[in-house]
Formats: sequence, C-alpha cells, structure tokens
Amino acid sequence: MPDEALLSVHDLACTRGERLLFKDMNFTVRSGELLLVQGGNGQGKTSLLRLLTGLARPDKGEVRWRGEVIQRQRDSYHAEMMYLGHANGVKEDLNPVENLRFAEGLQGRAFDEARATAMLERLGLARCLDLPCRVLSFGQRRRVALAALLMATAKLWILDEPLTGLDVHAVALMEQLIRDHLAGGGLAVATTHQTLNLDGMPVQRLLVGKVAIPEMA
Amino acid sequence: MHRFLLAVLRRDLTLAARRRGDWLIAQFFFVMVASLFPLGVGPEPEMLSRIGPGVLWVAATLASLLSLSRLFADDHRDGSLEHMILSPEPTVLLVLGKSLAHWLIYGIPLLLIAPVLGLQFNLPAQAILTLEVSLLLGTPILSLLGGVGAALTLGLRGGGVLLTLLILPLYIPALIFGAGAVDGAMAGTGSEAHLSLLGSFLVLSLMIAPWIAAAALRVSLE
Repeated sequence: MPDEALLSVHDLACTRGERLLFKDMNFTVRSGELLLVQGGNGQGKTSLLRLLTGLARPDKGEVRWRGEVIQRQRDSYHAEMMYLGHANGVKEDLNPVENLRFAEGLQGRAFDEARATAMLERLGLARCLDLPCRVLSFGQRRRVALAALLMATAKLWILDEPLTGLDVHAVALMEQLIRDHLAGGGLAVATTHQTLNLDGMPVQRLLVGKVAIPEMA
Repeated sequence: MHRFLLAVLRRDLTLAARRRGDWLIAQFFFVMVASLFPLGVGPEPEMLSRIGPGVLWVAATLASLLSLSRLFADDHRDGSLEHMILSPEPTVLLVLGKSLAHWLIYGIPLLLIAPVLGLQFNLPAQAILTLEVSLLLGTPILSLLGGVGAALTLGLRGGGVLLTLLILPLYIPALIFGAGAVDGAMAGTGSEAHLSLLGSFLVLSLMIAPWIAAAALRVSLE
C-alpha cells in the first residue's frame, strides 16, 4: 500500500512558554514519503518532532498514526516509531555492541549479536566494536545511534538533524539508508540544514515558523 | 515485558560496575556519618546503643539520597532516557527496573556494612538482626520513593537540594518504623508490629511510587 496516509497532523499548535511557535498546522505523510521540516533556529522544528513522537503533548490539535490519535495507542505507535534526537542516547561507558544490546532490550526484543555487528561494520565502526563509546568521536557515536535506528526496523523514522557531525561518507550512507527505508515502504520525518540528495524519492517540504529566513528563500 | 525489565536492570548494573567510584561514595558516606556520632557524643556504651538504631537509620536515608539525584539525570543528559520512554513497554516498568537496580547497587552493600556499624554502636546480636530485617524492608522504600523525587526534579537547576527537601519528609514513616523496630528489640517489647508496618509501607510504595514517578518523568521531559 504505497499511498496510504499513515501519519497525519490536524490543526496542531505549539507554544513554548509565552511564545506561539506555530498553529493550525496540517499535513499528512504517506508510506514511502519523506517529510523534510525546514526553518531557522528556534522556529519550532524540534518542538514539532517531539510532538510527533508523543514526548510532548500538543496544546491544541492532534497527531494521528494510522488514523488514531497517538496518545491513545502509545504502545503500538512506539513499536513502529524510532526517534533520533539531538542527544544520541549512546551510553559512554558501554561499547557499541553493548549499546545496541540494550537498545534492543529496551524495545523489548531479543538481541541478535551477529546482526548488530554487521550493522556496525556497515556504518564503518568495525574497528571500534570493543571500545567504550567515551573514546569515540562525536560522529562515530552518531553512527552508533544510527545503527540502533536500523536495528529497530521501524516503519516511521523521526530524525532531528540526523546529519550533524557526520562526514561526507556517512552523509552519503545516511542518504542511501533513507532511500532504502522509503523504498521499503517506510516513512521519515527529518529536519536538516544540510542538503539531502535523495534522487527523486518523494519529498514533502514543510516550513516551520512565521518568517521565512533569507537563506531558505 | 520481563525482557524489558531485565534489560533495564542489566543495563544499570553494568553501568554501575563500570563506574564503581559512583556508588562506593554512598557507602563511604554511610560509614562516615555513622562513625561521626560516637566521636561527637562520647564513647559511653549505654549512650551509643541507645542512639545507635536511629543514627544508623538516618545515615542510611542520607546515603540513599546521595545516589538518587543521578538516578535519571545521567540518562537524561545523553538522551537515552527519551529512548527508554519511547519504548513500547510501559514507563512504569522502566521506573520499577531503575529503582530496583538502585536498591541492588546501594541497598545490598548497605545491608552488608550495617552489622559492622551495629557492633560499633554496641548493639546486641538480637538488635543487629532486627536492624538487618528493618533495613531489608526499608531500603527498597527509600529507592522507590526516591525515584519519585528524582523524576520530579529532573532537569531542574539545583535539583539535588530540592530532591533532598522533597523526599526526606516522605522517608519519615520508614525511619520511624525502622528505628522503632530495633529499639523494640532492645527494650524487649518486640519488633513485630514495627516490622509489619514497615512491610506494609513497602507494599504501598511498590504499588504507588512507580506510577507517580512515571507520570513525573513524562512531565519533566515535556
């Protein structure tokens, strides 16, 4: 079902403190589609993504997954959704394999060590498998977080600045991973300030914030 | 469901094993506080055995606070708390697992040290046994209630001090019944009543605290 609208947002409004970030936001994301959220710093991109994950509750409006409000189906929604935020969620005292083991355990799944190792090697971490993440660089830790994202095989990816700290090879790899994810019928919502090269995959753009900033125009 | 609980437990125990200094601090603190009292009030054996149960119980509550402020804070800082909350498994289980891990890391070593400190306070063997039972029932209460405080103060500036002010009053029943049980054993009036009350307080905290802490976590993360 490539054209099924799975994620939809209805009249969503968000305030941070006294300030209204956005209101009356409506969009739908279909299977196999990427929603690229754009906007300047402080315009509410991260706030929007947190609303989509269910970490934050909307002041007004609702987020629906498969036609139902996400708060009413928390468990099944979380089982199909993976979030990658600013912080990687990587434990510094554990090595990459252990990090994946716990990430899988926290999702309530059994751990497949061979698959995890293969995933980390694919992301270029073959030489760091037994090093504590404390000694890895920022970009390498980001790759560990991406490996956890891939392990989960979730339908919906919510990525907050996924390219931060990644080198050109990793950016190319990330683009490939997103293309594969979309081609497999997955959905993704991402924010980024960098350009994503997705070779004609369906991309929807959403500008958050009241004022378009000059470099976006 | 049990896999999630086990994963949380195993994760926290592994992390504690990698950072031994962190949890040893609470144990050293326990020993230090308990050892300061004989120096302060003088070495009369009657006086020491009179104040011993209360002092050991107060020291145990303070030691638990020392490690509680980081129960969720470390995971919050590196983002793994969000991942755990976004797990399909209930947040209550996460809190329960983390409180249990906290108790295993902080409570069990405390149970091992307490008899030695009991001797230092000239407590008779029967009283030391009661002290152990009361701590066995009481320290999980401290971990469970402490989880609520840690969740409420997550991400606040000066959260550690606030946590202390917030949680110490909640510890009072455990302190009264715990120290009272040991006093009762020494006075020969029996300790069953106090221990039963302590046990029921444990059951009550086990039933209520994880839910409150889970709700507090969701609010703190918004």
